[in-house]
Amino acid sequence: MAVCVAVIAKENYPLYIRSTPTENELKFHYMVHTSLDVVDEKISAMGKALVDQRELYLGLLYPTEDYKVYGYVTNSKVKFVMVVDSSNTALRDNEIRSMFRKLHNSYTDVMCNPFYNPGDRIQSRFVSLGRAFDNMVTSMMIQVC
Amino acid sequence: MEAAAAGGGCGSGPPPLLLSEGEQQCYSELFARCAGAAGGGPGPGAPEASRVAPGTVTAAAGPVADLFRASQLPAETLHQITELCGAKRVGYFGPTQFYVALKLIAAAQSGLPVRIESIKCELPLPRFMMSKNDGEIRFGNPAELHGTKVQIPYLTTEKNSFKRMDDEDKQQETQSPTMSPLASPPSSPPHYQRVPLSHGYSKLRSSAEQMHPAPYEARQPLVQPEGSSSGGPGTKPLRHQTSLIRSFSVERELQDNSSYLDEPWRITEEQREYYVNQFRSLQPDPSSFISGSVAKNFFTKSKLSIPELSYIWELSDADCDGALTLPEFCAAFHLIVARKNGYPLPEGLPPTLQPEYLQAAFPKPKWDCQLFDSYSESLPANQQPRDLNRMEKTSVKDTADLPVPTQDVTGDDKQVLKSTVNEALPKDVSEDPATKSGLLPPPPALPPRPCPSQSEQVLEAELPPQLSRAPSQAAESSPSKKDVPYSQPPSKPIRRKFRPENQATENQEPSTVGSGPASAATVKPHPTVQKQSSKQKKAIQTAIRKNKEANAVLARLNSELQQQLKEVHQERIALENQLEQLRPVTVL
Repeated sequence: MAVCVAVIAKENYPLYIRSTPTENELKFHYMVHTSLDVVDEKISAMGKALVDQRELYLGLLYPTEDYKVYGYVTNSKVKFVMVVDSSNTALRDNEIRSMFRKLHNSYTDVMCNPFYNPGDRIQSRFVSLGRAFDNMVTSMMIQVC
Repeated sequence: MEAAAAGGGCGSGPPPLLLSEGEQQCYSELFARCAGAAGGGPGPGAPEASRVAPGTVTAAAGPVADLFRASQLPAETLHQITELCGAKRVGYFGPTQFYVALKLIAAAQSGLPVRIESIKCELPLPRFMMSKNDGEIRFGNPAELHGTKVQIPYLTTEKNSFKRMDDEDKQQETQSPTMSPLASPPSSPPHYQRVPLSHGYSKLRSSAEQMHPAPYEARQPLVQPEGSSSGGPGTKPLRHQTSLIRSFSVERELQDNSSYLDEPWRITEEQREYYVNQFRSLQPDPSSFISGSVAKNFFTKSKLSIPELSYIWELSDADCDGALTLPEFCAAFHLIVARKNGYPLPEGLPPTLQPEYLQAAFPKPKWDCQLFDSYSESLPANQQPRDLNRMEKTSVKDTADLPVPTQDVTGDDKQVLKSTVNEALPKDVSEDPATKSGLLPPPPALPPRPCPSQSEQVLEAELPPQLSRAPSQAAESSPSKKDVPYSQPPSKPIRRKFRPENQATENQEPSTVGSGPASAATVKPHPTVQKQSSKQKKAIQTAIRKNKEANAVLARLNSELQQQLKEVHQERIALENQLEQLRPVTVL
């Protein structure tokens, strides 16, 4: 059950970040930010071509006392970071993978919109794109809980 | 609940009603409204109430009468209904009587006879010009402006028609109608407003029809300010609205069982044709798709904000492939049209705009191959002349004005040309007069008639025989001749790129199908018949016409070029911006 979902652009600035509002959001932002180091480390450790989806999925980046942070990187170096609650032990690796796959699909749908400029924030504040993406993220956050 | 109450309320009254969920809700709401209005009723209500069993809520006769009149059934039917439902017998409208009456009204509006048996079957909700549509409520606010004004005249005129109520009812009528509608919920005044507009319709469908034209008319003053602010392009939304009114009201009649909530999202035939034309202008092959960037440029011309456009894209690109197929394009265009007219964008793609629905509902238009060829050989730069032609051919001319995307400036020209084309088409029957005069003009003048006829596939078969018949109608000749040349420039670009009129007239001859040679053959015997004076007159007239044609053509060319120039300027500005944005990055 995702507590926080973030999409980081290639230049390491957030395109989209959303957490369950129960807790202090700043904490999650900080966690995502620090996880970027781990992501970079894993990317550099890998080979040149990231074709296989297995390599796209980075797995558990690091566990903290309350949370676990998972990472996923796309071919264009866009990173997805997901923070899940540690207490939710039922959440298996495969489920995390499928969640990332869904995220990736929604992200490509957003990309397909010609009115979306790569590098823009994915916002659904106004009646704009990202609504489907947002809905998908919401479903992920509510879902397995 | 209603069934039990109906059964227990009056033993020998109407049979128990079985109401569906929606009906229960609607009826209880209407009853509450009538009963609530009765609370403020004057004295005569008291004796009526005293006859009622204590604890029963009754609907005052005044609002009930208004409600029944709003159903637009004839007075006879309404009397029958009140008798049948038992209100006359018991003397008041209790819940049971009211519900039975509503059901009978629904039956009558559906065309069933007013009998107790009719209400036993499944019926749609009765239409009162006051129930239902979310769409209506949406229009409620602008319509409200007009509502109060027409209310009172309507009530005074309608009063006399509903005479055979009880005496107390009659007295109440005079007083409470003027008060209760005003006191009733804000949504009702606009609903009353629509009744005078729709006077004379009594059918279910048609009563729902006017709801939409009325709000469009109401909406026009709202959108007008924003239209006028943008000057020339602004006139387009206005014309478009009148066209929308026409297209919507015309199309509504052709649809049965339309769920009225979907009406704004249902694409009419004319609109569909127009969208298809626009699609062709971007992509000649109707079965392939438009790429994202092309569509983006096109839709950006509609001057909607980028977030809205991106949302519309999200809605309409169902398969999220970054490209629009024809149904997706139509859906997107329709959403843009709706948004430009002030409709809020829907949360999700309405069912009538789904690609599968669109593909099923509208078969591919049958365009001639010749038209395909003409499109494939034309450059995008000639998009506008082609659009003009397409628009002139469609029956509803003003819907063509809609595409703010493609015609910002040339709309006025097109309007003129369109009107002349429409004049020309009915007059195609008459033979071209110049042919009799035997002057040079005849050959160029003739071909134009076949051209619009060819484009209007319907007339195609008619014209060649007509031309060969050579009727002699000198009186009509000059006006028709005048119109026919006007139709010439528009039809030209169909065939080839836009050219000056003289050149095009020569080209027209080979392009006309069989009628050209046939008409040319008929021309020659005629010249010898005409007198010299009439020849001269006609020569002058034709010369004048030719000059006018040339003027019109050149003016249009000018406006189109100006628009292209404008677009190129915009592109240049956009590119310069991009360059500036990129520069600092590369420096770093």
